[in-house]
Amino acid sequence: MGLRYENTERLLIVENLRKFYARRGVLGAKKEVIALQGVSFSIRPQSTVALVGESGSGKSTLAFCLACMERPTSGRIIFQGDEITAFDEKQQRAVRPRIQLVFQDPARSLNLRFSALELVSEPLLVQGRLGKREREDRARALLAQVGLPPEKALRRAEEFSGGQRQRVAIARALALEPKLLILDEALSALDCSVQAQIANLLLELQSSLGLTYLFITHDFAMAGHLADEIAVMERGNIVELGAADRVLLEPQHEVTRRLIAATPRLGPAAHLPQVV
Amino acid sequence: MANPTNFISPLLQVQDLHVAYLSRAGHKSSALAGLSFEVRPGETLGILGESGSGKSTLAAALLRLLPGNGQIERGVVLFEGQDLLQAERRTLQRIRGARISVIFQEPSLALHPMIRIGEQIKDVLAAHESSGGSVMRQKTLQLLAEVFPADAARIAESYPHQLSGGQQQRVLIAQAIACGPSLVVADEPTASLDPSTQQEILSLFRKLREQLHLSLILITHNPALLAGMADRVLVMYAGKAAEIGTAEKVLASPQHPYTRALLQSMPSRVEMHAQRRKSPLAVIPGETPNLEVPATGCRFEPRCPDRMEMCTKREPVVVNVSESHSVSCFKYGE
Repeated sequence: MGLRYENTERLLIVENLRKFYARRGVLGAKKEVIALQGVSFSIRPQSTVALVGESGSGKSTLAFCLACMERPTSGRIIFQGDEITAFDEKQQRAVRPRIQLVFQDPARSLNLRFSALELVSEPLLVQGRLGKREREDRARALLAQVGLPPEKALRRAEEFSGGQRQRVAIARALALEPKLLILDEALSALDCSVQAQIANLLLELQSSLGLTYLFITHDFAMAGHLADEIAVMERGNIVELGAADRVLLEPQHEVTRRLIAATPRLGPAAHLPQVV
Repeated sequence: MANPTNFISPLLQVQDLHVAYLSRAGHKSSALAGLSFEVRPGETLGILGESGSGKSTLAAALLRLLPGNGQIERGVVLFEGQDLLQAERRTLQRIRGARISVIFQEPSLALHPMIRIGEQIKDVLAAHESSGGSVMRQKTLQLLAEVFPADAARIAESYPHQLSGGQQQRVLIAQAIACGPSLVVADEPTASLDPSTQQEILSLFRKLREQLHLSLILITHNPALLAGMADRVLVMYAGKAAEIGTAEKVLASPQHPYTRALLQSMPSRVEMHAQRRKSPLAVIPGETPNLEVPATGCRFEPRCPDRMEMCTKREPVVVNVSESHSVSCFKYGE
């Protein structure tokens, strides 16, 4: 697909990104696993791109490359005008705070023995920002921002519900004031009613903090609700990319059509008059 | 699909089931607080509930498979005329996996990583019948062919790690139907799968229940999965039945304030996004209740948009809102 960038400001530009993993076969023969086959797309500041695809399509590999956790095999990532794929380790360390990740299962991405306050102030400590007192104040402010009741700040995360843990994970991701938040299946493990709460929180934070989101999911319904643009991935390629409405209403690629058709849906009950 | 008629006697009857867990600190939390429902022969009952609703506790309690700190306090589980809660251990073992099978969450944890799939299916058969090796082998392949029409023989020789999540789930289904049960309980059988694999697994369930005249209890947190799948739906909240009725009624015109709020909190259908994109979804305020604190009134009252004074005073009773639809809520009568 020929992807051209219009002459508007982009927070992130990804050009022909490839990632191969070398894997040793049973007899020591080298096998190459192609995780990304040449991915190109871009994100406008303060917008949301949803990346939809099945497991194994390369969504998470892409997320890891963007977050400077994996080095791509080839291709370029341009973030806020800097070609971060050309950066050395030290320069990348300075980029990482600006691109943060929220994972699917907070029970695995957070150490649940830590208190909410410790979890949220840790990134500030690691990056050597602020004194102890200021770190705590900042962490408390962040926890308030994500809607965790203040009396829970000193409680260990193991006492929290799934929704509260994900709120803590979001606060932690926000601690270093990122520009881009990569939400890797961040709603998928939550109950439906909790998904709605966290989705609303994400929308709220996006408009109050001017955040940009890459929302990785296999749930087309939620992608359609949160995203401005939708990119559909299959086998390491983006097979369709466009404005959310266009992709949802006039899907061009057969993979997109299949994924939309497989989205579980409800009948008219979903359109009961909204309770205010 | 079974025509829901009241003249057929139910296959499974659960009456006033109470289950509690004891925490290490000695606190008792009540996971099921008086649950009653029935499953008719050939029927699919969808159980809809979120974390903490008690839906997985129910799956385990039916066959007395609760963890050590879980306790069935009272109730009756009548299955084919027998109270499973009073049954002797040996009787129970003849029923588990043979008359009633349970498919628990997370297929990757349910299979032994070092044993070939064929063996793991044969083990289920061998636990309930004794036949010669070649008969067992043949039966195993037949079972696998039910769920893998194209390559049963290859799957039989595979190890779990060589299979995808959807394939592993198919293996669990083959195990579940191995001994010809009349009831299969599936606890979130598609939770960890991609949407298209989810649909494949659901159609497999549809095929098998027709073919084998199975009753199915399908437990899920996702209401959308039950549409077109369940004959009736039981909605659970905090260990109690909020609402039960035919799937059309519960999913299309829910009556309990919790069910209504839950269905409203979901993003609208794909085709309808344009107008509502990025606008806040309806949410149920607050959190699920702490089950360690005994409730005097309705469990949903603190979060309910329709709460009334009496809701805090005593528990609502079950009210029939129509012939095949009942709700536990004071809105519909006392």
